[in-house]
Amino acid sequence: MSFKYLGDIAVADIAFEATGATIEELFSSAAQATMQVMVGELGSIREAETMQVEMEQQSAEMLLFDFLNELLFYKDARRLLLLPSEIKISQSGDHLLMRGELRGETLDGERHRMETDVKAVTLHRFSVTQTPEGWKATVVLDV
Amino acid sequence: MNLPAALKRISETVWELPVSHKEGMQVPARIFATEKLLKEMDAGVFDQVSNVASLPGIVRYAYCMPDGHWGYGFPIGGMAAMDPHRGVISPGGIGFDINCGMRLVLTNLTFDEVQPRLRQLVDRLFARIPTGVGCHGFVRLKQGDFRAVMEQGSRWCLEHGFATAEDLEMTEEGGCFSGARAADVSDKAVERGYNQLGTLGSGNHYCEIQVVKPENVFHQGLAESFGLNIPNQVVIMFHCGSRGFGHQVATDYLKVFLSVMERKYGIRIVDRELACAPFNSPEGQAYFSAMKCAVNMAFANRQVILHRIREVFSELFHRDPFDLGMRMIYDVAHNTAKLERHMVDGKQKELLVHRKGSTRAFGPGSAGIPECYRETGQPVIIGGSMETGSYLLAGMESGADAFFTTAHGSGRTMSRHQAKKNYRGDKLQREMEARGIYVRTDSFGGLAEEAGAAYKNIDEVVETTELAGLSRRVARLVPIGNIKG
Repeated sequence: MSFKYLGDIAVADIAFEATGATIEELFSSAAQATMQVMVGELGSIREAETMQVEMEQQSAEMLLFDFLNELLFYKDARRLLLLPSEIKISQSGDHLLMRGELRGETLDGERHRMETDVKAVTLHRFSVTQTPEGWKATVVLDV
Repeated sequence: MNLPAALKRISETVWELPVSHKEGMQVPARIFATEKLLKEMDAGVFDQVSNVASLPGIVRYAYCMPDGHWGYGFPIGGMAAMDPHRGVISPGGIGFDINCGMRLVLTNLTFDEVQPRLRQLVDRLFARIPTGVGCHGFVRLKQGDFRAVMEQGSRWCLEHGFATAEDLEMTEEGGCFSGARAADVSDKAVERGYNQLGTLGSGNHYCEIQVVKPENVFHQGLAESFGLNIPNQVVIMFHCGSRGFGHQVATDYLKVFLSVMERKYGIRIVDRELACAPFNSPEGQAYFSAMKCAVNMAFANRQVILHRIREVFSELFHRDPFDLGMRMIYDVAHNTAKLERHMVDGKQKELLVHRKGSTRAFGPGSAGIPECYRETGQPVIIGGSMETGSYLLAGMESGADAFFTTAHGSGRTMSRHQAKKNYRGDKLQREMEARGIYVRTDSFGGLAEEAGAAYKNIDEVVETTELAGLSRRVARLVPIGNIKG
């Protein structure tokens, strides 16, 4: 599970490449990359609250798009900093179904080192691909 | 960088990509830039502006302003006018931060009067205007009340004691786009945004205290007409938008358009961020209405922030805000689509004008600007980096060639990633203070990203808009205090 930020494809914003041996690991890596843009030390987020998520999409790309947007939604709507603790993605008819658990806590300016807020996940150069080593995604965030 | 081979020079500041440049272009693309600024533009600008030129119903040209840089769908600094009967509406021509905009407010205080209390002033503004990641606003609303904000914009603020009638007059469209229907907005967008009224946000959003030095006034007559008539007068500029609410509206409709664009309307595009639908379609009209809701939320957000700024100044100087001369010069929107009337081939036509990181700049005599600016042209507020300063400009008659549109800021040239590598936020803060600019921030990482050297030279950008006849310089505004979102 890993990610790296890309400096050359988003001058005004933030781009990253995330990888994972499995699609579930890829989703976790992408979630970490997204959250770390906003909170410097992901280790500072305590697992005080648990949320269940379930979403369905036709493609792995749009499923990841929705999943990352869900993290932004909770950050704004409930001031919750969340990371996935468990994800399971399975085929359901012609759709992909994701069931997962997010854990985290309410944003605390004293303990969390704030970086830059993420406005949106964009579809600019957005891609999810299966590689010989596993899975890879490129994501550009509007900040 | 290598410029596209097909790029033709039309004049000192106008460049054109002909329709032969890329398959599918309906009209040529025009870029306003000096040769130097053109060479500083990233390749994405030329790619994206020619993609925009291929959208159905585009009229005259796809445009890019001198601050242009790579964006999503449209370049930042992009503008396109569509025929509303046969053209499309695209969230990619508006941006995720719908009605991100600038407001400029006068005081009758001078630098000498403000300087002794500057730290106190900035500290108090920083304490009382929520900034940064996931911040909730100082105006607490129920979701039902928020729906009224969406539909009424600054008018809601007037009814609830956050605005004066003059504030509304000095806001583009009176602070409310009519025809906003809350029913066109998802519950998710409401939930994401209803608690963010009265927040500055993050990234390049800020509230700045600035000084108008006599040597920085370019046009004395216009400056005086805009209320700048005291040497070293202090003004307040701030930049923010529709927050998570607008971002969610844009995301929701990006998905809606992707699902119907090709399947239902047979529109093929080269970039998913240009997802669109015919303006006169159920989806196009629903997005237009939802976008207006976000526009109105942003106007209301800037209005309640102005109310808070007035409170802070009043508390600190022990004077009524209006005794302190705290009147608005103007409020301009950057990221919108609007129906406007413009001359096309000698006839007045209604057009759907998309502006994405560009500013409306109506010239003298235009309808739709306050009576007091009919002779001067509309004030245009251009935000620079927090280190280098900003500008007040005025719309010009010659702006008609670009449907009265000009730049919106200085435009980045260095990635945020690179800026963070090159600068340290805490060091930058100390250096800026030594140069007379006192900055407060929630995020030193975010501060480093906004270093002046990460942006184009604002002086060159605004000079180019003047050379191109889009907007004329009135005054340069120098920062002395800043709260960074």
